[in-house]
Amino acid sequence: MKNMKFLTTVVLASTLFIGCSKDDAPEPVNEEEVITTLTVTLVPNDGSTTITLQTRDLDGDGPNEPVITTGNFATGVSYSGRIVLLNETVDPAEDITEEVEEESLEHQFFFTTGGDLDITISNENLDSNGDKLGTEFTLLAGAVSTGTLTFTLRHEPTKPNTGLSDAGGETDVFATFNVSVE
Amino acid sequence: MRNYALWILLFSSITSMSQNCDHSLSGIVSDNHDGQLLTGVTLIIAGTEQAVQTGLDGTYSFSNLCNDTYYIQVSHPYCLTKGFTVNVSGDTTKSFKLEHHIEELNQITLEGKAYGDKTKTLLESTLNTDELERFSSGSVGDALKSLSGVSSLSTGNTVVKPMINGLHSSRVVIINNGVRMEDQEWGAEHAPNIDINTVSNLTVIKGAGALQYSGDAVGGVIIAEASKVPVKDSLYGKTLMTATSNGRGLSLSSQLTKSDQNGWYSTLQGTLKRFGDFETPDYVLSNTGVFERNASLKVGFNRFDYGFEGYYSIFKNEIGILAASHLGGAEDLIRALESPLPLTINDFSYTIDAPKQDVTHHLATVKGYKKFDDFGTLSLQYDFQRNNRLEYDIRRGDDKEKPSVDLELDTHTVLLDLESSLTDEIDLKFGLMTGYQNNFASDTGVRRLIPDYEKYDLGLYIIADYQLSDQWLLEAGARYEYSYMDVFKFYRTSFWESRNYDQLFPEIVIEDLENQILTNPELSFKNGSGTLGASYAFGESSKLFFNYSIASRAPNASELFSEGLHHSASRIELGDLSFKSEIGHKVSLTFQSDSDTFRFNINPYINTISDFIIIEPVEVQKTLRGTFQVWEYRQTNAQLLGIDVDASYEFAQNYRLNTQFSLVKGKDQTLDAPLIGMPPVNIRNEIVYQNPEFNHIRLSLQSAYHFKQNNYPNNNFEVFMPETKTYKLVDVSTPPDAYHLLNFSSSIDLNINQKSKFTVGFTITNLLDTSYRNYLNRLRYFADDLGRNFLLNLKINY
Repeated sequence: MKNMKFLTTVVLASTLFIGCSKDDAPEPVNEEEVITTLTVTLVPNDGSTTITLQTRDLDGDGPNEPVITTGNFATGVSYSGRIVLLNETVDPAEDITEEVEEESLEHQFFFTTGGDLDITISNENLDSNGDKLGTEFTLLAGAVSTGTLTFTLRHEPTKPNTGLSDAGGETDVFATFNVSVE
Repeated sequence: MRNYALWILLFSSITSMSQNCDHSLSGIVSDNHDGQLLTGVTLIIAGTEQAVQTGLDGTYSFSNLCNDTYYIQVSHPYCLTKGFTVNVSGDTTKSFKLEHHIEELNQITLEGKAYGDKTKTLLESTLNTDELERFSSGSVGDALKSLSGVSSLSTGNTVVKPMINGLHSSRVVIINNGVRMEDQEWGAEHAPNIDINTVSNLTVIKGAGALQYSGDAVGGVIIAEASKVPVKDSLYGKTLMTATSNGRGLSLSSQLTKSDQNGWYSTLQGTLKRFGDFETPDYVLSNTGVFERNASLKVGFNRFDYGFEGYYSIFKNEIGILAASHLGGAEDLIRALESPLPLTINDFSYTIDAPKQDVTHHLATVKGYKKFDDFGTLSLQYDFQRNNRLEYDIRRGDDKEKPSVDLELDTHTVLLDLESSLTDEIDLKFGLMTGYQNNFASDTGVRRLIPDYEKYDLGLYIIADYQLSDQWLLEAGARYEYSYMDVFKFYRTSFWESRNYDQLFPEIVIEDLENQILTNPELSFKNGSGTLGASYAFGESSKLFFNYSIASRAPNASELFSEGLHHSASRIELGDLSFKSEIGHKVSLTFQSDSDTFRFNINPYINTISDFIIIEPVEVQKTLRGTFQVWEYRQTNAQLLGIDVDASYEFAQNYRLNTQFSLVKGKDQTLDAPLIGMPPVNIRNEIVYQNPEFNHIRLSLQSAYHFKQNNYPNNNFEVFMPETKTYKLVDVSTPPDAYHLLNFSSSIDLNINQKSKFTVGFTITNLLDTSYRNYLNRLRYFADDLGRNFLLNLKINY
């Protein structure tokens, strides 16, 4: 009987122990690494209007599709390009390009054209080992044509490489724009 | 104790001298623990030295006794010898109970059952210490795979999740040392957090019939038990070491037990495993190393009628995830699928980099039992578990060293059980369970995959079995479970609205932030489960089991709340807040025949599950990182049909042929399509030579043939390739080809002295160095499975 009493007490005590108060609501997570926005600014060397290509996906991997702004190039014109990556889930927006450039050895932008698009990319800026990084570049618009221009950022690629096919690594940004040369 | 018995013997020889007598004394001798009848027990009457032995039915009989008081010494090789005083008056019956133990020292194996049945009408498949020791360097999942009907869902070769008859994760309940494991078992890449070296008996029940443990084991129950400690003065232990060529690593495990004949005992145990990158026949699997560290301590007190035990264990495992499997979107997946070699192959290394998992599991329990002569055994247990799961991805900047997932799951449980024999024929088990669980997700700079929640559980069960006749046994049970979940979950506003949750659940919103809202879902589930079964014994050694079980499982946190990119799966996973419990009905039939030379069992089953929760691809979604496949949880009606066969035949003295065959077909009845991820048919044959007279030498050659899975749903999808302006098919469905593996294993005992034994074992897995991929390995898209592996096992018992 003594044992029963003891057991009952233990069961009751543990029930009390379990029934504790509600926790406070958690704090929202600051998503530090998300890239929501890629903006490519292309300044022509002939003094005409600057072209801006942008893809913006404010809900990250949420259901909304990225919003894309595109532009067209003038034939024979050379453009100085600069890529800016932003995380706009935080306020103020965080500039991810800075991190990419700080860790230049572990990153590289690749440029791919599709369709008939006649565009040449050259003069990519370099990482601290002298291999391509590509956050800055020169774009030369060739003959009149249309097609796609794709920017791919690889994290931890094999460097040096001959292009996307042997770069390996993980894709951090994959942004395609429909453009034309007029 | 023994001296005391001797004194009685000496003393009694004086008292009971010559009289004219013709009475008898008879009765049975049984095991105090489970009532099992003991054969071969020697009973000696002190003084006259008249001795008898119990027969197969545990009975004994003395004749020509007088009306007098006798002192009888009762002894058995595996029990502590006891002395009893008996008053004989006429023809007397008297039954004795002995404390029947496993003799741990020098590995004497017992015929008969040392561990009680978990259910009476479902077949239990068990791995004993000898079999488990062969997997000392592996995991619980590796060992379980050797049983028929058990396969595994794995991530590489180090994260191995057991799968019973085609079901896994939350549908398989794991009981470790009497505690239900709460180690975030919902995830497909979360392996059980148990050190195989703490287990001396591993049992699989392919069904939900074991209601004393849970009512939601739609797939089955796995029970890991530690060895029992004898009540005698002893100090013993063992050390196991395994060195492997593949992974170039070492596993070391040691345990020491001190027991005392007054009932006290303690066991200290520890394991250390370190492996580098594993290798396929052709290349290194980069970043697949393992670093596992475990320790446990047990202190207890064990008597005939009461006992208690305190136990603590820590399990810490750091596991590298194949570097080549870390991907961005579908464009990366296409590259991986098209490449014959993994995209990342580095030189062999012991370093474990991101992506990796680092899991720590603490388990502490205190339990006690007391036997009451009139109503049975009452036991009470409290346990606490803390599971801390860290998952590291390849990150940028300041976050490099920071985990992407940091979840801490605390669970407290109190169990009260009563086991009672109402009559000689009817046994009753009754119990009560209360539990509290708290999940806390730390801020890692990545959205929480599993939200913060608190969960309260209450369970109640009753199981009765009735021995109708020598042949028939009936079993029935019921369990009720109530669970309440109080959750804090952030939803993306875009998701919340796209799912119409703003119309369906406006009342749970507690805060509206800019891009997301904080909600407080409060969910409760009431689940009933039951079992009904019969077993029929016939012939020399045959048995037929029939069992019907109904199991109800509440949806888990992942199924309810997933919302976003699951990095390790490279896909977007979406749960559903409105899910209800899934209910499984399993009918299983088993025929078992168990003679010395031929053992056979065949077990067909049907498992019909309503509101079965599955995850499957529904669409593709564009993000800034590329295209991702969206996998959504859905409830459907499913049916699994299957059969497991085991046979073992001693075709010549010391030679045995073992065969296993498992088949399961899963069907989504709503869509009339095959279920995803069902294990393919497999057949295993093994020839074993074992000679107990020649140092227990054991040689075995095993052939395992895994067929190609031909029943699978087509989940392929297309991705637009901007370079060519065409769509490309991504084949994520087609299972890999069939494969055949040969394994060799051997061991021999070398006795150092009477108290110590040294065992040397040598094993080769994948003897022919076959390249293969396994349908149930989540990394099959990226790399081959393991190549040949040489293992050297050394064991010392002392």
